[in-house]
Amino acid sequence: MKFDKAAGENTLFDNAEFVGRPTHRIDGPLKVTGTAPYAYERHDVVEGQLYGYPLGSAISHGLIVSMDAEAARNAPGVRAVVTTLEIDPLEKGMNNVARLFGGAEVQHYHQAIAVVVADSFEQARAAASLIEVEYEKGDPADYDLGAAFERLQGSGEMDTDTGDVEAAFSSAAALLDEMYHTPSQSHMAMEPHASIVDWSDGDQMTVWTSNQMINWNHGSLATTFGLDEDKIRVESPYIGGGFGGKLWLRADAVLAALGSRAAGAPVKLALPRPFIMNNTTHRSETVQRIRLAAGEDGKLTGIWHEAASHALPDGRGEDATAQTPFFYASDSIRAKHHIVTMSLPESADMRAPGEAAGLMALEVAMDEMAEKLGMDPVEFRKVNDTQVNPSNPEQEFSDRNFVECLDRGAEAFRWTDRNTAPGATRDGQWLVGHGVAGAYRGALVLPSGSRALLEGGKLVIETDMTDIGTGSYTILAQTAAETMGLTLDDVEMRMGNSAYPVSSGSGGQFGAASSSAGVYAACMALRERIAEQLGVEEAEFRDGRVIAGDTDRALSELEGQIDAVDSIEWGDFQSEYQMATFGAHFVEVGVHAGTGETRVRRMLAVCDSGRILNPITARSQVIGGMTMAVGAALSEDMALDSGRGMFANHDLAGYEVAVHADIPEQEVIFIDTLDPVASPLKAKGVGELGVCGVAAAVANAVYNATGVRVREYPVTLDKLIGGLPAIG
Amino acid sequence: MSPPIEFELRRRTLLAGSAAIAMSAASGQRSAAQTVTPTGTPVGPESTAVTLTVNGEERELTVDNRTTLLDALREQLKLTGTKKGCDHGQCGACTCTVNGQRINSCLSLAVMHDGDEVKTIEGIGTPEQMDPMQAAFVENDGFQCGYCTPGQITSAKSVIEEIRAGIPSHVTGNLTAEIALTDAEIRERMSGNICRCGAYANILAAITQVAEGDEA
Repeated sequence: MKFDKAAGENTLFDNAEFVGRPTHRIDGPLKVTGTAPYAYERHDVVEGQLYGYPLGSAISHGLIVSMDAEAARNAPGVRAVVTTLEIDPLEKGMNNVARLFGGAEVQHYHQAIAVVVADSFEQARAAASLIEVEYEKGDPADYDLGAAFERLQGSGEMDTDTGDVEAAFSSAAALLDEMYHTPSQSHMAMEPHASIVDWSDGDQMTVWTSNQMINWNHGSLATTFGLDEDKIRVESPYIGGGFGGKLWLRADAVLAALGSRAAGAPVKLALPRPFIMNNTTHRSETVQRIRLAAGEDGKLTGIWHEAASHALPDGRGEDATAQTPFFYASDSIRAKHHIVTMSLPESADMRAPGEAAGLMALEVAMDEMAEKLGMDPVEFRKVNDTQVNPSNPEQEFSDRNFVECLDRGAEAFRWTDRNTAPGATRDGQWLVGHGVAGAYRGALVLPSGSRALLEGGKLVIETDMTDIGTGSYTILAQTAAETMGLTLDDVEMRMGNSAYPVSSGSGGQFGAASSSAGVYAACMALRERIAEQLGVEEAEFRDGRVIAGDTDRALSELEGQIDAVDSIEWGDFQSEYQMATFGAHFVEVGVHAGTGETRVRRMLAVCDSGRILNPITARSQVIGGMTMAVGAALSEDMALDSGRGMFANHDLAGYEVAVHADIPEQEVIFIDTLDPVASPLKAKGVGELGVCGVAAAVANAVYNATGVRVREYPVTLDKLIGGLPAIG
Repeated sequence: MSPPIEFELRRRTLLAGSAAIAMSAASGQRSAAQTVTPTGTPVGPESTAVTLTVNGEERELTVDNRTTLLDALREQLKLTGTKKGCDHGQCGACTCTVNGQRINSCLSLAVMHDGDEVKTIEGIGTPEQMDPMQAAFVENDGFQCGYCTPGQITSAKSVIEEIRAGIPSHVTGNLTAEIALTDAEIRERMSGNICRCGAYANILAAITQVAEGDEA
């Protein structure tokens, strides 16, 4: 199905019975009883599974001179050892920047350099510790991103350069020029990267893994091992969290495959938790300089945003300027992302890559500018709203209701009752403050396919789409039931398998809109098949029946199996528009007047994401983003050991994510919007919007509570305590 | 994992040094054990037979002495509902109960549990017959990816029991009064169970619903 013009009025989904209704997860009972099988747990899929354990490099860059694996090979229970010196560098898979295995060169700390396969986990782990490695360290490296930014700012061609920024800054009524810093962050999904691989015969390869993108993973395995794609099957029906960390092929699958080949048996391997930070990918630290110019009316006349992040050679880093060309109206906008090469683990996508880090700075800058102008920060943002792409005014937004988000939020949060002067409100020992921030995240869509198969009135949907906790199983079942006029009980979802049609996969907030359209496409194709079989035209499908003229048949009475495969393809007309999602976040914090400890007291998100396919799972996405952002605001910080080129706090004790006690009452409002340009269901993603801007709202609330402006995340008490108001 | 080279050198120096000290302290046997035993060769039996009662059923196992209770459950008994999130006692995904008390099963060796009663998520309920706490998690969407969920549910049930048993927490104000089942108490006691998807608010709602249901 080609989506080649905006969805019309009064569609199937505008009068829906299932889509848009609060629906509990259909996979819920499996998850709450521990019976949903995750990658490492597939005891049933193949006999004789052995255990793999990885060895990671102990240097950040350089060469491996020698490896002595003799003791490991002779250790009890060991079936095979594969060291990186024994094989040529493996071809890199899609978007892998660092090599996953093979060869003598070390590109980052904890890069995989050996895998041990043994009869038991304990034996494999013990044997891995017996491998002796001699390294030749590379030259001392520079890890100072701030210094690199100083050198690079103003250099190179700007990514965006519209209007006359210089003129705007020379004639503005109010100016802001500040530096901001966001630390490196780790996805830290609860399920570590894990795979079982059966490549025993060196021919067919079956991979049970934890991956967001089946088709990318499948293709990358073929590239990495030089296999035909039809020799490989990948399954990933349940994924214990991804957040972008499981978009690509990673070392778990590669090591399990090599181990399986060497041992001639299936091998299961999970990355130990300390590997997650330095072996897998992370969100890069950013250094950002934001300059704003505004007139007395509060209208922005100039935005100049330059940022730097680290990456390995050819890496993409974290583009903190991603939202800047699109979010606020301004006569002139200049933006540039400088990528600084560093010998650190691979930086790549993490939930809302770009915007998450960029809005942590931009939305603080907006708060600061509002204060300079003497304006309410809500009003200041409203004044600078736009209905066209500010860096390309010819292009309209497909649907943008940012002002409504701000208004609804201000009302629901009782913004007018907020603390207005920094440090002025006390509640016992706590200084109370309120903050607001805007949220922007692009609404990308990708082609997405599925198969719809009807037999005996039961509908099976097969697609390689994944559910990483987002609720895909449920929203796709809702879409299928809606389109076929069946009930949810009539639909069986089969997902996360390379044997099924290629979908969008889960990432970049594109999954829900893309894959639901893909299921709709296949179901519409199935409807055509059914109509053909009955020899009718313009059939209606409702209440389990197909109705056309004199024909009225129950779908359960149709003979045999009827199936159809189709995918959604996106028409060029979409590029005439800027498609995005918007939000407003409101936060109340208490900062302890004596210690500077910050506690978030209440949070509100108002989201504009087109049709919400399932308010229950969408709300969970948003509160999950808000929770992750509380960590980003107050505690998450990958601590760089600049002597060794690695992140030192590589576990869940040292890398502090938000826990139950950190999270207060959270409210989410979805404003009732539809985006007919975005998809046939008029829906857009929401999972990444929830993390965008929230950390800045927290930082702004801390400023409002204390009068201390922190521009370097996380906002920890040591950065506040010196500036707290005197205790009266 | 092999330690960095410098550390390796230091460790060898240290071992040589401690052997010398041990010798001078006339503890010859110990120093001999340290210096003579080839690396990687165990000094005693490598495995032990244990009997556990798991979800009401007696199970006899022979476990590698290094096997955690978590891995004994997941790998030998194939009860994979109990999850391995960190293997360091930091995330709570491996929470199960032993003799009625919740523990991080990754921090406990299986050999320490001979004769113990272990209850895992599989013993709490099934998809067809969910425990009220499991049903409340579904109803309140107290999870997303589902990986931390069995640990959350196990902890949630224990938290209610612990509060009713009068066991105080960090946020308990009055240690002599009956402990109220407040949001703050629940959040504090659940904080050993990390949920990276961020379902905390919904988990709190599920626990509160079950606790209030019990009292009604």
